[in-house]
Amino acid sequence: MSELHQDEIIAREIAAGRDAPGALLPILHAIQNALGWIPPQATRMLADALLLSRAEVHGVITFYHHFRTHPPGRHVVQVCRAEACQAVGAARLEAHAKASLGVDYGETTADGAITLEPVYCLGNCACSPSVRIDDEIAGRVDCDGFDRIVERLRAEEVSA
Amino acid sequence: MSVIVYVPLDSSACALGADAVAQAIAREAERRGLAVELRRNGSRGMYWLEPLVEVVCGEQRLAYGPVTAEAVAGLFDAGFLSGAAHPLALGPTEAIDFLARQQRLTFARVGVVDALSIAEYVAHGGFVGLARASTMTPEAVVKEVTDAGLRGRGGAAFPTGIKWKTVLDTPAEQKYIACNADEGDSGTFSDRMLMEGDPYCLIEGMAIAGLAVGATQGYIYLRSEYPRALDILESAIRAAREIGYLGSNVMGSGRAFDLEVRLGAGAYICGEETAMLESLEGKRGIVRAKPPLPAIAGLFGQPTVINNVISLASVPIILAKGAAHYRDFGLGRSRGTLPFQLSGNLKRTGLVELAFGVTLRELLFDYAGGSASGRPIRAVQVGGPLGAYLPEDQFDTPLDYEQYAAMGAMIGHGGIVAFDDSVDMAQMARYAMEFCAVESCGKCTPCRIGSTRGVEVIDRLLAGDDRGRQLALLESLCDTMEKGSLCAMGGMTPYPVRSALKYFPRDFGIDTSRAA
Ligand SMILES: Cc1cc2nc3c(=O)[nH]c(=O)nc-3n(C[C@H](O)[C@H](O)[C@H](O)COP(=O)(O)O)c2cc1C
Ligand code: SF4
Ligand code: FES
Repeated sequence: MSELHQDEIIAREIAAGRDAPGALLPILHAIQNALGWIPPQATRMLADALLLSRAEVHGVITFYHHFRTHPPGRHVVQVCRAEACQAVGAARLEAHAKASLGVDYGETTADGAITLEPVYCLGNCACSPSVRIDDEIAGRVDCDGFDRIVERLRAEEVSA
Repeated sequence: MSVIVYVPLDSSACALGADAVAQAIAREAERRGLAVELRRNGSRGMYWLEPLVEVVCGEQRLAYGPVTAEAVAGLFDAGFLSGAAHPLALGPTEAIDFLARQQRLTFARVGVVDALSIAEYVAHGGFVGLARASTMTPEAVVKEVTDAGLRGRGGAAFPTGIKWKTVLDTPAEQKYIACNADEGDSGTFSDRMLMEGDPYCLIEGMAIAGLAVGATQGYIYLRSEYPRALDILESAIRAAREIGYLGSNVMGSGRAFDLEVRLGAGAYICGEETAMLESLEGKRGIVRAKPPLPAIAGLFGQPTVINNVISLASVPIILAKGAAHYRDFGLGRSRGTLPFQLSGNLKRTGLVELAFGVTLRELLFDYAGGSASGRPIRAVQVGGPLGAYLPEDQFDTPLDYEQYAAMGAMIGHGGIVAFDDSVDMAQMARYAMEFCAVESCGKCTPCRIGSTRGVEVIDRLLAGDDRGRQLALLESLCDTMEKGSLCAMGGMTPYPVRSALKYFPRDFGIDTSRAA
């Protein structure tokens, strides 16, 4: 996506959200929903629009695990690391996810398809181990199940 | 007439295929020319049976589960629409033992009603509490909640009525109700289940809170890990506003209350109430020092009621049935019921709402049926990542805030995570420190630095490097975190660590045979 186009989207989201009290977080969500991440120029644009310093905006973006300062892959896969998932094999699943995708947390596969992230509980603890694929939650995911999810994501891309 | 079929829309039910089952039922009904009315309910909280499909047959609802999309054609062949027998048939839902033995007050409608149908909500007693509150004085509403003995279900167990009274008595142009829907503790999902399965109950509870203290605006601070709850809440708020349960004239009372959902951004500390306020104001979620209490100077500096989802969702029934009805459940100073959430290595995981006073042993064995692996349950963490790990000889203590506190544990949000004997408790202690390091807001040194050092000390301890010294160091580090931290994040991380050391020393390579 061209930077110009990104700027337009950022400006649009700022204009739509700036008047709400406590507007910064909702606008950051809107930008990330539209672009998949928060590009660097957003810091300046947000600071100007909301009368904040760039340091303040930067501080907010980097404080929250959810906001990304690098573009993600076409899908984001999050593996739950929290206790209820650990009680039924999350550690094994995490190791398998990293090894089979060939990435560590925060990284994207070489083909740009999948970004792997850790997450601390998806509220799916009664059906753990849990994985989130974009906005969809999967339950009772073992290593084979993880591979099937990844295969499906890649197959969808080929057919799309 | 069409047959009514319920298929859950709950995130976890859908994680196991409920959406696909709903589609399969719709498709199959159409193919066979049968009239089926699909309704999407929350989950009954019996996750080993999800997706749990219910067919309305006369006065009864008959359950089938766990249903896969592939099994749907077979269910039609067998005649499940008229309640016919089938290997997946479970009989009348309400008679399933796990459910029949519960005392559901807050969760009375979850899994029963179509989550987004106001008509079903009202048919099951919804908005009776708000209607009553709208005719009462604010003082009388606050008194009802106080008399019910409701204490905050989000962790700290502070009396809700006292909090409301402070906000009511603090004069201000603008007051707020802030619902804490951050539900960050692992092993907890009751907030999510309630918001997805009975969103109007939370909306009603917040509107009652608004009338009680004179707040006209509410915010639901929802964690970003719950995308489905977001969709459902937003639809429900729109629908409630259209009919006048929210807006400038709540139920014709002449008083205003409106609601908005705000999304968090993946920071555990934003569940702490003052960090949540900072986040709602669009800032980093850094804990504020108290005083001032949020009830006096909270969101945007205004008096603010901050309550957990379950606390607020318990209010409609208190107003509808009266304080005494609610207070009659429970034990000691722990009144009413708590939705316990069973997860981890258990055969039957899910939600059990019961009066305080039930024991861990009853929950783990009578309800959950023991471990999923068939091996002994060795350790149970109660109350989220800052909660203690309990060994089997503590399973018989009645669950009540005071009795748990007395043994150095906490009930917190009611999350119960079970581990079998394959667990390595030294690794769980290490994880607790690591979690604190990842999630610390950074404001104070004992928590920010202490947790990082904690991971290192445990690593050295496990490497067998001068054990006695490392143990002494870990103890003193825990002391510093407990006494020197500004909030419970740093202050309680020692709970899981110390309990693991105390009850499971062998996992740390500590020889107990020579102990004095
Ligand atoms: C580190 C930390 C995390 C917390 N997380 C949550 C949470 O996710 N949800 C919640 O309702 N309360 C949480 N709390 C408790 C809140 O600070 C607060 O006590 C609660 O929201 C008040 O509502 P209640 O009185 O209805 O329980 C947390 C507290 C701490 C110290
Ligand atoms: S204890 Fe930790 S989370 Fe709490 S205020 Fe201090 S640094 Fe922040
Ligand atoms: S602990 Fe993994 S989903 Fe809750």
